[in-house]
Amino acid sequence: MIQLNSKVPAGPLEKKWSQYKSNQKLVNPANKAKVDIIVVGTGLGGSSAAAALGEMGFNVKVFCIQDSPRRAHSIAAQGGINAAKNYPNDGDSIYRLFNDTLKGGDYRSREANVYRLAEVSNAIIDHCVAQGVPFAREYGGLLENRSFGGAQVSRTFFARGQTGQQLLLGAYSSLSRQVKKGTVKMYPRREMLDLVVVEGRARGIITRNVITGELERHFGHAVVLATGGYGNAYFLSTMAMSANVSAAWQAFRRGACFANPAFVQIHPTCIPVHGDYQSKLTLMSESLRNDGRIWVPKNKDDAEKVRMGQLHPNEIKEEDRDYYLERRYPAFGNLVPRDIASRAAKERCDAGFGVGTGQAVYLDLADSIKRLGLNVIMERYGNLFQMYEKITGHDPAHTPMMIYPAIHYTMGGLWVDYELMTSIPGLFAIGEANFSDHGANRLGASALMQGLADGYFVLPYTIQNYLADQFKVKRMPTDLPAFADAEKNVRTRLETLIGINGKRSVDTFHKNLGHIMWEYVGMGRTEAGLKEAVSKIAALRKEFWKDVRVTGSLEGVNNELEKATRVADFLEIGELIARDALNRNESCGGHFREEYQTPEGECLRNDKDSTYTAAWQFTGDDKEPILHKEPLNYEFVEVKQRDYK
Amino acid sequence: MDFTLKIWRQEHARAKGKFVTFQVKNISPDCSFLEMLDILNEELVDKIQLPVSFDHDCREGICGMCSLYINGHPHGWDDGVTACQLHMRKFKDGETIVVEPWRSKAFPVIRDLMVDRSALDTIIQEGGYVSVNTGQAPDANAVLVSKEAADLAMDAAACIGCGACVAACKNASAMLFIAAKVSQLALLPQGRIEAKDRVRRMVRKMDELGFGNCTNTYACEAECPKKISRTHIARLNREFMCAKLIAENTL
Ligand SMILES: Cc1cc2nc3c(=O)[nH]c(=O)nc-3n(C[C@H](O)[C@H](O)[C@H](O)COP(=O)(O)OP(=O)(O)OC[C@H]3O[C@@H](n4cnc5c(N)ncnc54)[C@H](O)[C@@H]3O)c2cc1C
Ligand code: FES
Repeated sequence: MIQLNSKVPAGPLEKKWSQYKSNQKLVNPANKAKVDIIVVGTGLGGSSAAAALGEMGFNVKVFCIQDSPRRAHSIAAQGGINAAKNYPNDGDSIYRLFNDTLKGGDYRSREANVYRLAEVSNAIIDHCVAQGVPFAREYGGLLENRSFGGAQVSRTFFARGQTGQQLLLGAYSSLSRQVKKGTVKMYPRREMLDLVVVEGRARGIITRNVITGELERHFGHAVVLATGGYGNAYFLSTMAMSANVSAAWQAFRRGACFANPAFVQIHPTCIPVHGDYQSKLTLMSESLRNDGRIWVPKNKDDAEKVRMGQLHPNEIKEEDRDYYLERRYPAFGNLVPRDIASRAAKERCDAGFGVGTGQAVYLDLADSIKRLGLNVIMERYGNLFQMYEKITGHDPAHTPMMIYPAIHYTMGGLWVDYELMTSIPGLFAIGEANFSDHGANRLGASALMQGLADGYFVLPYTIQNYLADQFKVKRMPTDLPAFADAEKNVRTRLETLIGINGKRSVDTFHKNLGHIMWEYVGMGRTEAGLKEAVSKIAALRKEFWKDVRVTGSLEGVNNELEKATRVADFLEIGELIARDALNRNESCGGHFREEYQTPEGECLRNDKDSTYTAAWQFTGDDKEPILHKEPLNYEFVEVKQRDYK
Repeated sequence: MDFTLKIWRQEHARAKGKFVTFQVKNISPDCSFLEMLDILNEELVDKIQLPVSFDHDCREGICGMCSLYINGHPHGWDDGVTACQLHMRKFKDGETIVVEPWRSKAFPVIRDLMVDRSALDTIIQEGGYVSVNTGQAPDANAVLVSKEAADLAMDAAACIGCGACVAACKNASAMLFIAAKVSQLALLPQGRIEAKDRVRRMVRKMDELGFGNCTNTYACEAECPKKISRTHIARLNREFMCAKLIAENTL
């Protein structure tokens, strides 16, 4: 039986981390090179962790699916990264960033973790600037800030609309330096398909070389998963095509608890769905909400006419527009947190005021263009305008953009303690792959912050507390039975998939799953719907294992096989997401159960019974998982109802 | 819309490749080029044939993974886009479209339209960084950087490392790719200290890896999906000359 221990250190909130660091065990410099650390993933979390561990002198092996670490999904983040620098002198502080993050997450995250995140945020900006990340600057040469949803201060640093790219390239440059030095060995084009556990500890991984098809065994004294989120369980999302849950899922199957899977973020500003052939959705950065106003027609007739193409939105008079976020939430207006903005858009569209296909609202920059000039707006959002125009054929400088919510980020993930270790000793999870800091809803520009906080400033310390006596463990040969068994397990699975020889392609199953997830486990969830989802997904999974068609063989490049292993895992986590949503009898953050809402249609939390992290434990195929509850104790903040009005 | 596709197919690195013709029908003009290939691949799977392999990931023009040579142009003829951002409405109904992998000695074909671009990583490992360890940095506002310098550095840093510049160049030179990194870091005070050493090492590595020389025809700039400017090559040359002079003086 697993006993979850969050290992939150005692002491006052603002001293916990410094005291932890003063008292933790360290690995002596001479012993570091004797320790192998596997890092899976090269997004912000993985690249920064691998670089920092390499700089310290550990022997690091890094894996990613893409042909280069620089192409990890983090590259696509647009808007920015938060830090509590208070450069604009608008009243920001570590405490305020901490409090905003906790509140934004609807009080479903661990206080001490969130405080630490806010505490190390400033060092991230310092380090990235030193790496040569070209953040936006003021004319005087100082760094520029913008505001993001869920905050009343400007604390977001950015590099045009390509902040994720620039931060990742910064981490990649540090990683490259370590590769050259020989402390880090890079394994691109590898997909982790199983975790190797020896005597209860994580000791290695099994990967498939996606070029040769070879299955490989790798040993590590510790394994770090930085494999990103599971949003692609919904098929259509803003995630990269290869984003998957397989690494985390295999860890789950080997005993790591999976926490809060139902906490999925639906981002309010994405380009709406337009066709069945569509392979992914594109985000329009939330930063647009700084200068853009969101509206739908006030009259149903007008909405109908714009849908039919008989009326141009610019022809709708000011008094006939409903700026519904400004109307409902005057204090935060267009900058309310994402979950609230998303649900408000759905509410208007469901009520018949949607534009485009009916599943869209306007994001209008006309007022800001008038006020600031097109030049200034283009400087801020030029690349987003270009991206929008390429996809839709319309120029946002002249016609309001159309947007609709889409799956974007997953707050849930592998359960980790204060040291970022999962419930399997020696297995760590960082970045989006863990569940730790964002509770039931993540604030904009906080994922980049968390990924880099975990990778540069937290894990390289906490992992040493685990490794302090591990240098004595000799490197294990990979012909041990645990490695051979894990490899055999993977091979059997792959052979089975190819051997089914059914009639339906992998993508058709993935799309089916996506429909079920979006319909029943999306923005509005009900008990009946979730039960329906659980049984539908189970049935679909059965059909998948009977009727999927995977062409090609185990050898060489086989994209269909890659997709098949990922979809097989999505078919399992999809059910867990629904179960978790069913279990959580309240609405909080991104998890909206229609049964639990205030008369105004806002989330109604149930603090008395539901102030816990739900950590699920695998018990076997087609068996119900066990739920462990980690109570969340708020020692330092008062838990309040979120109010953005 | 209907299209005839002539696609390069090659089983593996050492196999002989050839063009194979496919037809795709009823394609929506709003479909992206890669989604059109998805549709083709679904049809191939339906017929129990092997789908066409191509690299892709973000599908929004930022990861640099997609690498298709379309009708004689890397990422197609449209200006300032990657293949994944190309939409079928830009093509004529009934058109024949030729799709090939990047062609360069430094980028061997892996399968069909996939190539090996690891040489670009190897070049960055030679010096495409600032030597700073985690935790050593001063306060981010301690060193001022002019807005002009920061903006120019950002222009250069926008490179997505796709390798279109190499594929476009008749000499298969990686000069624009290197220039983007050298220029970004040379423009910022944080990168200045190592600027000379950096440029020398990166250019030397490029030569070693089988990329060609730059003869200033600037097809790279014309085909770059991120419109990285040739002025960065000028800056690289300046840095390189400077570095050489200093190196000679210290001999
Ligand atoms: C379009 C978009 C815009 C965003 N904008 C912002 C923003 O402005 N601000 C913000 O804070 N956040 C933003 N986010 C969220 C943020 O980008 C991500 O949460 C964050 O980058 C995740 O980083 P990561 O390191 O955890 O994982 P990722 O960057 O997702 O990297 C995952 C890595 O794991 C590897 N991997 C995965 N599975 C396997 C496997 N089985 N085997 C081997 N390797 C594997 C991949 O190859 C990759 O290298 C945005 C997200 C999206 C989608
Ligand atoms: S797929 Fe990422 S740039 Fe085209």
